[in-house]
Amino acid sequence: MMMTGGFFRQAARDSGRLDDEVFGNAFNYRVVARMVPYVMPYKGLLTLAIAAMLVFTATQVAVPWIIKLGIDQFITKGDSGGLAWIVAIFVGNAMLNWGANFTQELTIARVGQNMLYSLRKDMFRHLQSQSVSFYDKNEVGRIMSRVLGDVNQLQEFLSVAVITVGDLLSLVGIVAAVLVLSVELGLISLVTLPFLILVMAVWQPFARKAFVRVRRAAAIVNGALNENITGVRVVQAMNRQERNAELFDEKNRENLDSAVHATRISSGLLPTVDMLTAISIGLVLFFGARLVGSNALEVGALVAFVMYIQRFFDPIRSLTMQYTQLQRAMASGVRIFELLDTQPALKDRPGAGDLPPIRGEIQFRDVSYGYVEGEDVLKHVDLHALPGQTVAIVGPTGAGKTTLVSLLSRFYDVPEGRGAILIDGHDVRDVTRDSLARQTSMVLQEPFLFTGTVRENIKYIHQDAPEERVVSAAKAVGAHDFIEKLDDGYDTFLHERGVNLSVGQRQLISFARAIVDDPRILILDEATANIDSHTEMLIQRALRRLLRGRTAIVIAHRLSTIRGADKIVVLNHGRVEEVGAHDELMDQNGLYAHLYAMNFAALKAALPE
Amino acid sequence: MSILLRILSLTFAHKWLLAISLLCVSGATAAYLALPWLFGAAIDEVVRVFEVGAVSDSAVFRIAALILGVSLLRGALTFGQTYFGERLSQAVSYDVRNRFYDHVQNLSFRFHDTHHTGNLMSRAITDVEAFRMFVMAGIVRSPYYFVLFFAAGGILLWRDWRLGLVGLSFMPVLAILTAVLRLHLRRIWLRVQEDMADLSTTLQENMTGVRVVKAFAAERYEETKYDSKSSAVSDDMVSAARLQALNTSLIMFVYLVVIGMILWIGGMRVIGGHLTPGELASFLFYMQVLSMPIRHAGMVVNSYARAFSAGQRLFEILDYRSPVQEAVGPVALARSRGHVRFQDVSFSYDGRSTALQDIHVDAEPGKVMAIVGSPGSGKSTLVNLLPRFYDVTSGRITIDGIDIRETTLKSLRRNIGIVQQDVFLFAASLRENIAYGREDASMDEVIEAARVAQLHDFIEGLEDGYDTQVGERGSTLSGGQRQRMSIARAVLLDPPILVLDDSTASVDANTEEKIRAAMESVMKERTTFVIAHRLSTVHKADEIIVLDDGRIVERGTHRQLLAAGGPYRRIYDLQLRPQEDVMMEFEVPAGRMGAGR
Repeated sequence: MMMTGGFFRQAARDSGRLDDEVFGNAFNYRVVARMVPYVMPYKGLLTLAIAAMLVFTATQVAVPWIIKLGIDQFITKGDSGGLAWIVAIFVGNAMLNWGANFTQELTIARVGQNMLYSLRKDMFRHLQSQSVSFYDKNEVGRIMSRVLGDVNQLQEFLSVAVITVGDLLSLVGIVAAVLVLSVELGLISLVTLPFLILVMAVWQPFARKAFVRVRRAAAIVNGALNENITGVRVVQAMNRQERNAELFDEKNRENLDSAVHATRISSGLLPTVDMLTAISIGLVLFFGARLVGSNALEVGALVAFVMYIQRFFDPIRSLTMQYTQLQRAMASGVRIFELLDTQPALKDRPGAGDLPPIRGEIQFRDVSYGYVEGEDVLKHVDLHALPGQTVAIVGPTGAGKTTLVSLLSRFYDVPEGRGAILIDGHDVRDVTRDSLARQTSMVLQEPFLFTGTVRENIKYIHQDAPEERVVSAAKAVGAHDFIEKLDDGYDTFLHERGVNLSVGQRQLISFARAIVDDPRILILDEATANIDSHTEMLIQRALRRLLRGRTAIVIAHRLSTIRGADKIVVLNHGRVEEVGAHDELMDQNGLYAHLYAMNFAALKAALPE
Repeated sequence: MSILLRILSLTFAHKWLLAISLLCVSGATAAYLALPWLFGAAIDEVVRVFEVGAVSDSAVFRIAALILGVSLLRGALTFGQTYFGERLSQAVSYDVRNRFYDHVQNLSFRFHDTHHTGNLMSRAITDVEAFRMFVMAGIVRSPYYFVLFFAAGGILLWRDWRLGLVGLSFMPVLAILTAVLRLHLRRIWLRVQEDMADLSTTLQENMTGVRVVKAFAAERYEETKYDSKSSAVSDDMVSAARLQALNTSLIMFVYLVVIGMILWIGGMRVIGGHLTPGELASFLFYMQVLSMPIRHAGMVVNSYARAFSAGQRLFEILDYRSPVQEAVGPVALARSRGHVRFQDVSFSYDGRSTALQDIHVDAEPGKVMAIVGSPGSGKSTLVNLLPRFYDVTSGRITIDGIDIRETTLKSLRRNIGIVQQDVFLFAASLRENIAYGREDASMDEVIEAARVAQLHDFIEGLEDGYDTQVGERGSTLSGGQRQRMSIARAVLLDPPILVLDDSTASVDANTEEKIRAAMESVMKERTTFVIAHRLSTVHKADEIIVLDDGRIVERGTHRQLLAAGGPYRRIYDLQLRPQEDVMMEFEVPAGRMGAGR
């Protein structure tokens, strides 16, 4: 059944698909505080960026001022030599502006990209440290959208944040300049500011609601698209294209409508800002003219005033445009750090050493384990495999077979005080997972290959493995022949995890992958599903080679495998019911013998003759 | 260029929206252009104080009022421009998204074999968004900036050609810089998009294959893989930023220098009495107006570059012509009797190596055809040709004597039911999933289908019964249950022809028996092509077709072929008989189900 929980619990319950927190505040202290450590390594660059930004803003604000000086000091006084000087200063200012502008943009981009890179890296590393149960609980798509989508949002945020900070800086600069030019006129020009703030306060909740709707609609559209592409083979087989197009159109339409609605709201603010700009300029001209008339102000200053006021509203205008982006980014930030805050379930103990080269003895000592508190899947399991032995684990569905091997591979760790798993006498929890995994190998029931060449897939983590090892591993499991027949042999590129191969072929490649580094211990979940009989035969043969010379723990389904095992462990309800070789167990006439007889009867009935 | 023209033509599909947007654009431009003039007039009015000795309050008031009026107009038109422009851009992306969806879902399997879902998704999301941005920035805003630029330039020239020339002197610089930037950016953006797609593939596989990663403790290896993609993305982004920074800062510099020149030359002309201070001021204000298009030039250029690369990627998909096409004037195939014939059929996936050669099959209505052979021998290929998931390379396939290429795809596929071993479940209820191909099915029909598929009892036992949600966010079903879902779907469709794969994802003998029973009942009275793996199936087949390397090497009934002692006999001995070596799996005693997994 559905495993919710973890940090997506809220979202999973919401059939509207996206959590309500798509929109937070435009400014979230905690998110910003968490981002600080990511910026810190680039203190130098950041300082440079800030310095460049200040210089840039100053040179921008200086432009009308220099013009004012030119007009009032020289042009109206007819001093052409002085004018040339002012122009020289003006050009100097422009050069400064150029350098500062370039430096600011480049350094900010570099800081930003570095930061996003580390963030992506941290998220990935963090995800890697999660145990398998984390992935049981959280859908891949959702995690993907956090690592890629949300990080991209942050990227947008960074550029917007920079623009915003620049805007705020120039706002401050302009207010200062205007007040220095003339306190009286400066105050008059600022008179519309409170109205603007009022309007924005009224506007904000509407905008917020509208953009939540947009985000949700977009998520639904993308979900529908993704599902249809993934299931396209069924869609075509079932002739559903027309109906699906209709259903998609509905979702797409809602997406369109919500976007248009949001636009109406967001662009509604523009005329207001324009009006307030005009009122300010009108007021400045009207009162400025009087001040000039009474010689309290010079003409150039009035010109500068008009220039400043136009610039003054530009930042506000862009602030309103960036506002929603800020909100969105903050929500993304919250989600990113939420992900980073989930506890990694598997960590090597401090001081965990490497597992020395092993012979391959495995021991389970009184191991109990449960995924949910109070519901133990394994109960006091004891198991002992000598080096080189094959141990078959059998039992009904739900007996705990998969859990047992998962613990050995350390997909999960046995909690302290609930028994221990030893390899050559070393508690697996006391050694690093890396060193353990290097000497053990696992073959999963469903083969999973990666996009890449056959060769890369066989080598997998042993990318430096010599060529002969790849071929000999493939030969050992009987995969060599079909690989050679592929278009590019070992260099054949596997699309989308090998859809161009049959399941059986994939299984064989995954076998080769398991033994390419000749591990001492092999854990095998015998495949039962989706294998054609020819491959089945190949696999049976391969299995024998696979198991030879190593300790093997096999979740076995085939009688031949079970019979060939040195030891059979019968699991039932998480307990070891019986242990022994096939003949011994048959002699004991216990659960194994009983169920064997039952299965055999069922099979006989299914077979003709 | 043709890519941009194609995006333009998508936009022209909404001519009214486009017209209104552009109308608003021109109005807003005109209003915007009037303002510096008015400012200049106001300044001149103020300067008159030196001549007349007093400022005319009423004249200044009149100008201020005019400024207010024009601004009001400008505000309203700007709103219209943004609003209608946004509507236009949304309408275009809506169209493209719908087209993309419908096109992709109708493309044949050949396309989907080679196109990664993640890759298609990134095109549908990022590239469509790039289109939208282009419509907004490139089609609606850029004329605004363009007109603003030229009108302001024109006014400058008209009022004082010397100053005007100075004012516009940086235009060629701007044009060259922009062109160069555009060229480079396009390349970078294409790379960024590819890198992003790579990154997302790596990430997705890492998580989907988490068990493999964990089993090999391959975390560090995976990190390296991921890291190299991730840093490639960062590097490209920084290169793009550097180019843009260089470009915008240089343009800003040139622009400022020009203002300096205007101040100088204009100032000299004011000193010489050729120009009023107000006129100089209005010149400077016009230059301020010019700064807007200049500041946004980078953005517009960027949107062009992105739209271009996005267009390449999107049109590549939209132009992909499915090799499986309906004939001109196709026949709608009614419910067929189910007489299927393969006549001299050959097929090749890539045009080089043949996957099937000289296939002759004659399946009479109601017969069961078992297809046997080693992997890669062409079994799946053969059955995939029947619903035209791929088209034959030569030869023909007929149903009741009609070439399937002459029928409509829809009617053809309605005649064929497909039972897959691992079936895709959609994010919907069990009921909706069973009725996926027949939405009009009644509840009774759905239950009946589930019964035949041996699923009813299981579904009834669930808390929400048939309303249980499955799929991406819902409950997971076991392999055996999914397979039976597929059977239930086929039962509900009630097709005269059935294609199935009898390899079962078995869990225990009990389930296996259920699946076998379900399969048997669904095959009843249908022409069935079964990719056979079990003895029980081949034994009952009316004809067994033995494939090897794309050719039929033997055919006949089980008995005939066993007696013949040919390839089938070998397969039987090696592959089929060992199945008598039982699947040793325990039946779960009723009521004693453990809590494990």
